Amino acid sequence: MQPAPIYLIDKAPPTPPEKAPRSQPEAAPAAPQPTVRPPSALLQSIADLAQRKALTMLLGVISVGSLFLFWYVGTRYQLEFYIRFKNIPTPWAVYEEAVKVLASGDFYVNVAYSLRRILSGFLIAILIGAPLGLLIGQYRRVREMFMPAVEILRPIPAIAWVPMAIMLWPTSEASIVFITFIGAFFPILLNTVHGVHSMDGVLLRAGKCLGASEPRLFWHVILPASLPQIFTGLTVGMGVAWVSLIAAEMISGQYGVGYYTWEAYSLVNYPAIVLGMITIGVLGLICSGAIRLAGVIVMPWLAFAPGGRK
Amino acid sequence: MSELNRGLIEARDIGVVFGSGSAKVQAVRNVDLTVQPGEFVSLIGPSGCGKSSLLNIAAGFVRPTSGALTVDGVPVTGPGSDRGVVFQQYSLFPWLSVRKNVEFGLRMAGVAKSQRESSARTLLGLAGLLAFENHYPDQLSGGMKQRIGIVRALATSPQVLLMDEPFGALDTQTRTVMQEILTNMWQRFRISVLFITHDIDESVFLSDRIYVMTSRPGRIKAEITVPLPRPRTAAMTQTPAFVDLVNRLKTLIREESLSAMGSELQSGGVSGFGIDVGPEGVGKLI
Repeated sequence: MQPAPIYLIDKAPPTPPEKAPRSQPEAAPAAPQPTVRPPSALLQSIADLAQRKALTMLLGVISVGSLFLFWYVGTRYQLEFYIRFKNIPTPWAVYEEAVKVLASGDFYVNVAYSLRRILSGFLIAILIGAPLGLLIGQYRRVREMFMPAVEILRPIPAIAWVPMAIMLWPTSEASIVFITFIGAFFPILLNTVHGVHSMDGVLLRAGKCLGASEPRLFWHVILPASLPQIFTGLTVGMGVAWVSLIAAEMISGQYGVGYYTWEAYSLVNYPAIVLGMITIGVLGLICSGAIRLAGVIVMPWLAFAPGGRK
Repeated sequence: MSELNRGLIEARDIGVVFGSGSAKVQAVRNVDLTVQPGEFVSLIGPSGCGKSSLLNIAAGFVRPTSGALTVDGVPVTGPGSDRGVVFQQYSLFPWLSVRKNVEFGLRMAGVAKSQRESSARTLLGLAGLLAFENHYPDQLSGGMKQRIGIVRALATSPQVLLMDEPFGALDTQTRTVMQEILTNMWQRFRISVLFITHDIDESVFLSDRIYVMTSRPGRIKAEITVPLPRPRTAAMTQTPAFVDLVNRLKTLIREESLSAMGSELQSGGVSGFGIDVGPEGVGKLI
């Protein structure tokens, strides 16, 4: 920690540099004015930023580190306080299992199967959920047509679809993709509907005045206006899709990370259980990170929106 | 019809009724108004008098219950790019850059990319906004957003410009600058403007002619020609001619606001606060 900076000339602390690009130019002069800051204040604000970033990193390390520490201490001393660590593998055992497994090809096959299933189910959920959501949001008759059915199906968790899916689809592969789809579909659909409903009506009127026909209004106004909400739906949908996928793989699968984890339990290969769990966590993290990145790329304007990017 | 003679707005015997049964409200009744090609006409009146309803009819968002509104003899049946609209709220598309916002109407009309880009640049240059063509609307101040809103509405070369209290959300200084910019744009484009405002000074400064509406149901109470020469300058707002006209309009509006409040006064709405004011006092309050 550094001592509070002392300012000789003005008492106001310097603006942090990350706020500077959000210039709010005023009406009269038609040129952006560069902000001039004394060099010492600039250095100070860079130091402030570095300090804040360092703190973020430090807290992140503490967060993950304490998780590992708890795991290590629990397994090292085989703690028993209602929960029992007796059969739980140590971090080191899991590491050894990981090294062994990563050298063989089977593990990658399992990961590839899970990724293929989740991407298929998720993609189909986007392709059906987002357009249907836009139509339901925009047209009362479409809403009245679909929403009663949606409201009945929505509370059924994707896992409850497993037996039905096995009967319904010719292959277990198709039924797993279907269950993943079910998991992702409703969050995407409902958030898209919400996106259309929360759109500022004046944008729609502006689009009409500028000569946009109904189909073009959808593509050029309603869709982009709803995109932030659609992406909220994608983030939630991806989470539910993983839950559904792993459950489906555990019950009816061959291959896949969920299958791997459950198989490890059946074969009393305890380190592999934990390795499977960590794999699921990492894959889920990558998937939601990919969606967030896609959101930043697809919606660059949100960096300036009031309230900012979440 | 030649280019210069386009943009004739004619409203004949317009009536607007909202709701039905006991909730029925007559918002506008027997309104006749005309905006000549190239004329700047303001519509003022007490709040709730139906001025926005009339503009929405001209824009094609609302169908009149009776009567008809035509632009160049063609009845208005829906929104279209032959009539530019500037809204009271900021209505730029936040996901498009400033230039893409201005291009929007041309894009919908199928104008080629290079052509609409150069049109948008030219217009933005006229409005002094070219430096911000790649900014997003959320990066700009309210005054700039509204200027771009005007530029966007003009980009499709509409015959008429319909403006619904476009400067209502701006501070006084910005508003004054915007009025001068609008006057310049209007003279350059020789376009008919129907302008809604509750700001009497603004209506006098900008208009060739002013329609004053009665309180609900809105009818045309007076039609006043503004005798001030053009170009108008800020200094003109201090001249006796300007001040007299503003005062005359204020009196007209006050009469209407008073009559609208008449029923509230009789039911004790004001004396209920324990303030003893005669009709004169209420006039001052307003």
